[in-house]
Parts: sequence; structure tokens; C-alpha cells
Amino acid sequence: MVLKYSKKVMEHFLHPHNVGELKNADAVGEAGNPVCGDVMKIYLKVKNDKIINIKFKTLGCAAAIAASSMLTDLAKGKTINEAEKIKNTDIITGLGTLPPIKVHCSVLGAEALHNAIKNYRKKVKK
Amino acid sequence: MKIYMDYAATTPVAKQVLKVMEPYFSKEFGNPNSLYDLGQKARDSVEESRKIVANMINAKPKEIIFTSGGTESDNLAIKGLALANESKKHIITTKIEHHAVLETCKWLEKNGYELTYLDVDGYGLVNPDDVEMAIRKDTLLVSVMHANNEIGTIEPIKEIGTICRKNGIYFHTDAVQTIGKVPIDVKEMNIDLLSASSHKIYGSKGVGFLYVRNGIKIEPLIHGGGQENKMRSGTENVAGIVGFSAAIKLAKKNMRVESKTETKLRDYLIKEVLKIPKSYLNGHKTKRLPFNANFWFSGIEGEAIIMLLDKYGISASTGSACSSGSLEPSHVLTSIGLNEEQAHGSLRLTIGRQTTFKEIKYTIKVLKKIVNKLRKMSPTWEE
Repeated sequence: MVLKYSKKVMEHFLHPHNVGELKNADAVGEAGNPVCGDVMKIYLKVKNDKIINIKFKTLGCAAAIAASSMLTDLAKGKTINEAEKIKNTDIITGLGTLPPIKVHCSVLGAEALHNAIKNYRKKVKK
Repeated sequence: MKIYMDYAATTPVAKQVLKVMEPYFSKEFGNPNSLYDLGQKARDSVEESRKIVANMINAKPKEIIFTSGGTESDNLAIKGLALANESKKHIITTKIEHHAVLETCKWLEKNGYELTYLDVDGYGLVNPDDVEMAIRKDTLLVSVMHANNEIGTIEPIKEIGTICRKNGIYFHTDAVQTIGKVPIDVKEMNIDLLSASSHKIYGSKGVGFLYVRNGIKIEPLIHGGGQENKMRSGTENVAGIVGFSAAIKLAKKNMRVESKTETKLRDYLIKEVLKIPKSYLNGHKTKRLPFNANFWFSGIEGEAIIMLLDKYGISASTGSACSSGSLEPSHVLTSIGLNEEQAHGSLRLTIGRQTTFKEIKYTIKVLKKIVNKLRKMSPTWEE
């Protein structure tokens, strides 16, 4: 099947933002599994309840990598409460459009972020 | 630099082939079914082409039915045979067939047929003993491809053909990947039906043929004016058919040299790519199409590899689920024992007549860079 990606998706895929790990991350969130083909890992650095740094590592297709990149752009600088409201549709809007069969990549992105936030909250409670 | 590394998908029409085809679009536009001179000239060209094509596989001209391509030929072979022999309802095929065969078999399954889908080994090889053991009293047909389109494994079809002949069962082979590339002799190999396509051997798209051994009855799928000995109605694709025969002629002339050159390039490509850590070859090392290389890389995904290669001007393909409409990984790769994750990281590079050593070297260099880049991004990759 031929997939036509938007210019924005290709931009983020070819030159993804915030790739890598954060060694002293305050929280890490993961989504997907190798069997389905996509694994996303999000690293958060939080200060005064604000995401001051965010990085990602993704195993997956062009759409999965672009969605991860867009997600980190959206979450960076936001408070934890604001970031929690980021939905997969925000990632799609940010990327212009995603082929229907690739929408699940944006779902995974949002899931990875929400898992990271969940882990952060658990940690802060302790 | 534009580098085409997907010759197993399709090939450009050869200059000589295009030249032979051209008059049939303009000056020689006649309908071969017309009685006047213009029509009869077209008829002569079609029949001359039939001879050339038949000769390539050691068949008789009347055993050749021109079709619209490999998919139609597979459909006509399997459904056509089933419809003409309704008392036998069992068909044997393999798990690694092209969709044109598999989906046709599944359709028959929905319509009262029983199918046996044979397993293959880790190299993609069918065991002829398995074929023999699967044969039942009501077995009508065995369909095993000559060579696999994804991993390039060449199947022991001569042995399988012999078993079928001995048991009085029809044997069909999909030879779309091998016609003009690997020698085929339908008599020596005991082949009853064979599918072939033009656009894989530098002919045009939209034309193929089905060989049906003399005396075997099939039902046509396309009814109408009774062309192709009533087996495939519709005005003949004269330019396509003439081009197909020109492509076959050219392939026959060049087969030995081309096969040698491509094998050399392929082996160099495989040797160099396997220097990438945790990279693996899919398919057999020697029982393999001379132009096919297929790998999987740990920790990365195939569609991303393809898209990055494309950015460098290199066209290639993958068996990753992410590049398929169904989000299912390649049935061929899972059949040879790859798990989903491994199949996702697959890459097929297929070379051809225009491939140069320089292109191979560039592809290797770019591929190393890309694998590295994607692995650096991957959470499952550890140095």
C-alpha cells in the first residue's frame, strides 16, 4: 500500500526534535510493544510542576517517529496538568494530517506521555 | 542520484522492447480478429509472439494463453481448473505463495474447497515429501511457486512436478519471478500450468501468459468473443504481447551473462550489508534468485528504512506491517520463522539490468548510515 505523508510528517520524520534519553529523568513513560511494531519511550524532566525537558526514543515507522517528535514539541514547557490534556488528535493537528491507518501512531504517542505523567505523579506522592 | 533497487516489483521497458511495441499503437493498430490485411498482420504478430514465448519454456504455441498478467494467470489456472473438474475438491499450496495464488485459494475455500497450505523451512524451501504426504484421493491440484518474490528462494519444482505427475495430480507453478531469469522447461519439470508476467522482465505492464499443457481442460473466467482459443476473451493486447515476446527474446539471449553479473553484485551486497551488527539474511544463500537480497535488522522498522532510503534516492521495499494496508507483517517472513518484530525490520533489495557496482556501493554506504540513525532513536536497541 502506498502511504502519502504530509510535508510536516516528513519534516518531523527526517529531522525529529528531542530525540534521545534523559539520564536524570524525573519520569519515563512507555507505550506499544515490539510485536505491534511500535514502541515509544518518553523521558520527562520536571521543575516546579513544569516539563522543562522532554526526550523520546521510538521504534517504528515514519509516522510513529514524526508523532513522537510532534508530541515532545507540544509537551515541552507545559505544566503537568496542561500536558495531561494533550490528546492524540492534537498530535495529528500538529502534523497537519496522518493517513487513517497511521492514526494509531498518534494514539501511542499520547499514551506514552500520559504514562510518563502517571509515573511522575506516583513518584511525587511518595 | 536515483537508484532503483526494486526490480522484483517491476522493471522499466527495455529500449529494444519499446521500439518493437511502438508500431502497434499507431501504424499497425489492427484488430487481430479482423479479416483484412491490417488485422491479419496483427494476428501474425500475436502468433509469432506466441511461438517465441512457448519456445522459452519448451511448450507448444497452442499451450499459451495470453492474459493481463501474473495475477490473472494464477486466477485462471486455479479457478479455471477447479471449475472444469468439479469432482475433486482438494488443493495443495504453500504458505509463502504470492497473494494472487493465496487469495484465489482462500476464495475457493469459501466456496466448498479444502485447502492444504504447506509449511516451509527456515529458508523458505518446500519439502517435496510434504507435498507427497498431503496428497489425497480428491486432490485436484498442487500449486507451488517457482521462486518466492520476497525472499528469492527457488523451490524444488522439478521434484514436486514429478511427484504430481506420478500421482495424476495437476501441478501449477507461479513463475512470475523466474521467467527469463532462471531456465524453465515445462516438460523436464513436469509442469502442467505455469503463470508468467511481462513487466518483471523489461516488458510492459498489463500482459502475461498462462501455459496449460495440451489436453488439460480449464474453464475460462472471461467470456466474450472467444479469443485465445476461447480461454480468454477480449481483443488481444497486441503491443503488449509483441513486447512480451521481444522481452523474452532479450532475456533468453542475456540470461547466462545477466545471471552471473547479478549473482556477483548480489553476493557483494549481501556480504557488505551483513557487516552491519545484528543484521540477518532472509532466504537461502544459494538456492536464491540471482537478483534478490532480503534482510532484517534488529531494533528498527522497515517502513522507516524505506522512507529514509527514498530520501537518498534509493527505491526499495519491506515486509513490515507498517507498510502494508492491513498492518500485518509479511506472511512469507513469518512462515520462515521470523517473529513479528523481526519481520517489521525487514528490507528487500532487488537488482537488475541497469544496476551498477557503484550503485551497490552507494546503497551499502547509505544503508549503514540509516540503520545507525534509526537505532539511535530506538528504545529497543542497545549497543
